Amino acid sequence: MDFAFTSEQQLLADSARRYITEQYGFDRRKRIVASGAGHSQEVWRDFAELGFLGLNVPEDDGGLGGGPVETLLLATAIGEGLVVEPYLSSAVLATRAIARLGSPAQRAEWLPKLAAGERVAVVASDASYGLAGRGDGVRATVSAGGWELNGRVPVVYHAPLAHLLLVAARTDATAGEPNALFAVPAGTSGMTLTGYVTVDSQLAADVECRAVRVDNAVRLGGESAAELAAVVDFGLFALCAEALGALDRCLALTVEYTRTRHQFGGPIGRFQALQHRMVDMLTRIEQARSLVYLAAARVEDPDARVRSAALSAAKVLIADAARHVGQQAVQLHGGMGVSDEVAVSHYFKRLLAAEVRFGSADAHLARYARGLTAD
Amino acid sequence: MDLNLSPDDVAFRDELRSFLAANLPGDMRERTLGGYGFEASDIRRWQQILHGHGWGAVHWPKEFGGLGATPLQQYLFELECALAGAPIQLAFGLRMLGPVLMRYGSPAHQQYFLPRILSGEHWWCQGYSEPGAGSDLASLKTQAVRDGDHYVVNGQKCWNTLGQFADWIFCLVRTDPAAKPQRGISMLLIDMKTPGITVRPTVLLDGTPEVNEIWLENVHVPVANRVGDENLGWTYAKFLLGHERANIAGIGSSKRELRRLKAIATDESRGGRALIDDAEFRRRLARVEIDLLALEYTNLRMLSAPPNSPSSAIAASILKIRGSEVRQALSELLVEAVGIGALRFGSRDPAGAPAGLPGADHAAGLTASYLNLRKLSIFGGSNEIQKNIISQALIGL
Repeated sequence: MDFAFTSEQQLLADSARRYITEQYGFDRRKRIVASGAGHSQEVWRDFAELGFLGLNVPEDDGGLGGGPVETLLLATAIGEGLVVEPYLSSAVLATRAIARLGSPAQRAEWLPKLAAGERVAVVASDASYGLAGRGDGVRATVSAGGWELNGRVPVVYHAPLAHLLLVAARTDATAGEPNALFAVPAGTSGMTLTGYVTVDSQLAADVECRAVRVDNAVRLGGESAAELAAVVDFGLFALCAEALGALDRCLALTVEYTRTRHQFGGPIGRFQALQHRMVDMLTRIEQARSLVYLAAARVEDPDARVRSAALSAAKVLIADAARHVGQQAVQLHGGMGVSDEVAVSHYFKRLLAAEVRFGSADAHLARYARGLTAD
Repeated sequence: MDLNLSPDDVAFRDELRSFLAANLPGDMRERTLGGYGFEASDIRRWQQILHGHGWGAVHWPKEFGGLGATPLQQYLFELECALAGAPIQLAFGLRMLGPVLMRYGSPAHQQYFLPRILSGEHWWCQGYSEPGAGSDLASLKTQAVRDGDHYVVNGQKCWNTLGQFADWIFCLVRTDPAAKPQRGISMLLIDMKTPGITVRPTVLLDGTPEVNEIWLENVHVPVANRVGDENLGWTYAKFLLGHERANIAGIGSSKRELRRLKAIATDESRGGRALIDDAEFRRRLARVEIDLLALEYTNLRMLSAPPNSPSSAIAASILKIRGSEVRQALSELLVEAVGIGALRFGSRDPAGAPAGLPGADHAAGLTASYLNLRKLSIFGGSNEIQKNIISQALIGL
């Protein structure tokens, strides 16, 4: 048993962290967000050059063939920097979906462009982990020579930036998790995106399909409920890793603040009431980290029950830590904590998003509870 | 990163499982798995059995008769023993004093005491806390005054665990009243049969006399029974407390109790169906299982880290805090699982308990455990003290 990273993995983590520390400071991020473009072409190109975007592309498809640990390290750095680029949406989730479900032709068409940063793709899925979603999702019905898509998926991160939307749908009338995936180019007739900036300063859109006609060739794979669930779990895993990075920074900023903020003649960090709160923050982060590491080891497990139990366990503790650590960090920053000028409030919002996205703590606790075994 | 056990570790675990299946006496197993605690005689007998098969001290180096097991193997040992329902091994000799003597004891100490700890011949207890020295242990007042080749010891110790069965006690005593509190303390090894020692059990809230008050009145202790140098006892005491790493979180007993909780929740019914199928209860069960899983992997992460990395003090304290919280949470759920039946038994006396598992009839051990395990967040450095230790490393103010 070994929790250490290989030297190649450590190099990747170092290069990501260096880039974010040196090139993606709080002020630059602020300018990128204020530009309204939703991300920076320049940063995205750098990500491609550094190999970040090809990490989840299999070697056979011309990528780096990275595994969960590589995603863990990179996503953690992304979270540390509050990066708004469509890394998770495009370079992890959509890339994995195409790599796993796509035909050789679909993979050849899209994966090199995604790895090079020339194209952005997103997955529009309302996978809800067994709890009812907000809408009914998207229904796919057979129509002459292909399919017709109808329905709506709310809050699809980075959809306004996407050249390609991978729409998850159900092909029968039963409610439940999606069982088919369709690659729909942006601008396809009948598909409308209502875009906005999310609470954590990322671009997103509600994706609506009204009689979107696509032909058979754009379907990725066949009956694919199990594969889709596995791909979405990988996205959940990357989200947990991002949250871990944000949690680490949130605590570090808080420790630093209480060491330097003086009241009553000394730093406020000398007060035990504050110290023990920071210890509680650390304790929750470390428990969550252990389960994110476990999730890295299980996210590609062929047994779906093993995989989903580990992923749901991680999300329960990540969501728990996100709320607790975020709120405590703001509280310990005092008035500064509620100011938009100070980084901690932005971490707070990113952690709120991490708590809600890919299924709430309640949904994942329920999924974990359904799978409880006697042992 | 590879979170699977290596073939060597799997072989170690399998050999251990076979040993436990063949050699753990059924009556001991019943007592442990039934939640009735253990008999003092079980502890001695089990240590003798372990020792007889070479498992007496897996964590000790081979030169002292141990198995020289890796930290991960030590963890597996505790885990498998707990799951099998083995009685505890006494920590005082095996985990606390033993390593101190290996590091700081004289050759005579090592040759005389270590084999007797290993075989179970000597039952050790700990003389640390005093009525006026709990969390602030360094303020202890029990005094040892040099008189020729003896110390004369006077004072009072309390919260002494299982000392009523002990043959020997390792004691922190003040040998220099003028020095700073931490600088004037020495560690003495005292034969419990020495004249002047009085042991009075303190009955705990679960009805068991698990701890004692000990009075020392003009107790003569040979100077040769001092560990290491005079006035450096605090250093040895800290070494001793920092040495308990592999099992501080109590993962094995938590896993055993979780199994038991599931068995009871399957057997108990609420509103015409099994308690375990009640969505609300099932989610709480799931949550504590997730907390335990996180603790387990935190423990494993720590075992695979270099032993003296800067974060190890933080990690040990986190394991102590979360380990106690998870065990306490499990004991709460166990009590809740049997409902009002929990109120029938306030002690863990197996005498009047009906046979057969599980159910309200088996509340005897459950309620007593809940009461007894409040101690977990208090002893060995209370959880508040652990938070102070973490704060020091995290914030440094």
